Amino acid sequence: MVNEQGRWSKEKGEGGLENMSTQSNLERVLKSGTFAVTSECGPPRGADPEVVKKKGSYLLGYVDCVNVTDNQTSVVRMSSFSACLVLKGVGLDPIMQMVCRDRNRIAMQSDILGAAALGINNLLCLSGDHQKFGDHPTAKNVFDIDSIQLIQTVKGMRDEGRFISGQEVKGKPNIFIGCVENPFADPFEIRALRLAKKAAAGAQFVQTQCVFNVEKFEKWMEMVRDLGIHEKIHILAGITPMKSIGMAQYMKNSVPGMDVPEEQIERLKGVPKEKVTEEGIKIAVETIERVRAIKGVAGVHIMAIEWEEKVQEIVKAAGLHPRP
Amino acid sequence: MIVANRKPFEEIIEMLKPYSKILLLGCNECVTVCATGGSKEVAVLASEIRLYRQKEGKPVEIGEVTLERNCDPEYVESLKPFIHDYEVVLSMACGCGIQFVGEHYRDRLVLPAVNTTFYGVTEEHGVWTERCQGCGNCILHKTLGICPVTRCAKSIFNGPCGGSQGGKCEVDRDIPCAWHLIVDRYRELNMMDKYLEIQPMKDWSTSRDGGPRKRVREDLKI
Repeated sequence: MVNEQGRWSKEKGEGGLENMSTQSNLERVLKSGTFAVTSECGPPRGADPEVVKKKGSYLLGYVDCVNVTDNQTSVVRMSSFSACLVLKGVGLDPIMQMVCRDRNRIAMQSDILGAAALGINNLLCLSGDHQKFGDHPTAKNVFDIDSIQLIQTVKGMRDEGRFISGQEVKGKPNIFIGCVENPFADPFEIRALRLAKKAAAGAQFVQTQCVFNVEKFEKWMEMVRDLGIHEKIHILAGITPMKSIGMAQYMKNSVPGMDVPEEQIERLKGVPKEKVTEEGIKIAVETIERVRAIKGVAGVHIMAIEWEEKVQEIVKAAGLHPRP
Repeated sequence: MIVANRKPFEEIIEMLKPYSKILLLGCNECVTVCATGGSKEVAVLASEIRLYRQKEGKPVEIGEVTLERNCDPEYVESLKPFIHDYEVVLSMACGCGIQFVGEHYRDRLVLPAVNTTFYGVTEEHGVWTERCQGCGNCILHKTLGICPVTRCAKSIFNGPCGGSQGGKCEVDRDIPCAWHLIVDRYRELNMMDKYLEIQPMKDWSTSRDGGPRKRVREDLKI
């Protein structure tokens, strides 16, 4: 919690894990103490809802909630909001992702109200990849507020019934608030502190960047526990299965903030070509087992990038099926 | 200083196509310091244009003038006796100077020979980097002398984002991560506890977002 000076303090208080009451399925699962499973669905680069439905069908019954990315890597896709509604229609509880890159505070608050009005129970607050990486690198970016301030915004609208301006929200959005953190980005020493800031701002769950380097993740979790942050926010470790050696090398060398140990690439290289994907899945399942054993980890967030059909297999192999 | 880059030669030549009497205007201030639009650069560009146009069989007459400042009426007015001897003005001053000269001589077009880029510093000889965006509400006291509005690619107030690696920004591995620099300063000054303070949302109304800005000092008006 933040004390009077606006500083993080270790004492429990308002906004802690005990005071939750949204309609979120993820909140229900986490609150029950069950190890949670979320996954991700990247909307298509077109207007066909069937693509979203198909991806959703792979996940139904295997995850507690599904993230819907918001123009990830700055590539134009169907809006997260719309794809969330499509997924809701097939029986999933979507987590709408919202990045600070494309909207100012007016648009963000408007979309939060709209999402809540149509039954979206979860919002994940992120900065967003820089547009340089996407398909419209000549676009202007917004970054009116940052991800921590977006968390504060949702919390303010929900708990205080106030817009950023201080004016009254008539009909509060009842939303379970999430955030992300990258334990593998630099400077490493502030990565737990930054999560503390997000929890203090009002985030109730965090999904981490993909964990490949489990030792480093353990160190980060140790720092998180030392600060008592795991008692204030539910921590879901990010898991990404490697489809190929090429993907592993790309993740290692070209994706900012990604930490892929060389041994993992060597392990994929060490199996026959036709067994690489199987090995990738095996590593993902082992990683789930390893992070599950770390004190303070409340679940996993499986990001099977354009490989949603493999989530069932991973969830089953990790002994996380059926879902509560 | 205001830093500018000369436009590509082809773009300049294209703009000058209809004209044969050109006043090439430089500025002795910022664009001289950043080696883009001072008297030296005016002379070089004038020669390049003359040579090119001669080769094309369309020779030009170019007058070369470098004002002390292009953003001050006192100096801009000094163009009055001869500006009408030319069909067009090609300016190597910053965007402010280009517009200001145009405002004073409405019957002459002032064409830009430079792209005005940023407020910056000479980091080393021949290298200029950005430091300020003129947002109108300085927070350098809070971020220990490093501006996240300008130097973070996402202008994040509670950074660093997840793309910071090895002290560099995700946008370009040659750009230092502003928040990495800020965290280094917190550590050096033994102020890490300050890092935990959540920086409030910025009031952008003092920035360009509030519309073009104006400053008036009544006591200085004549």
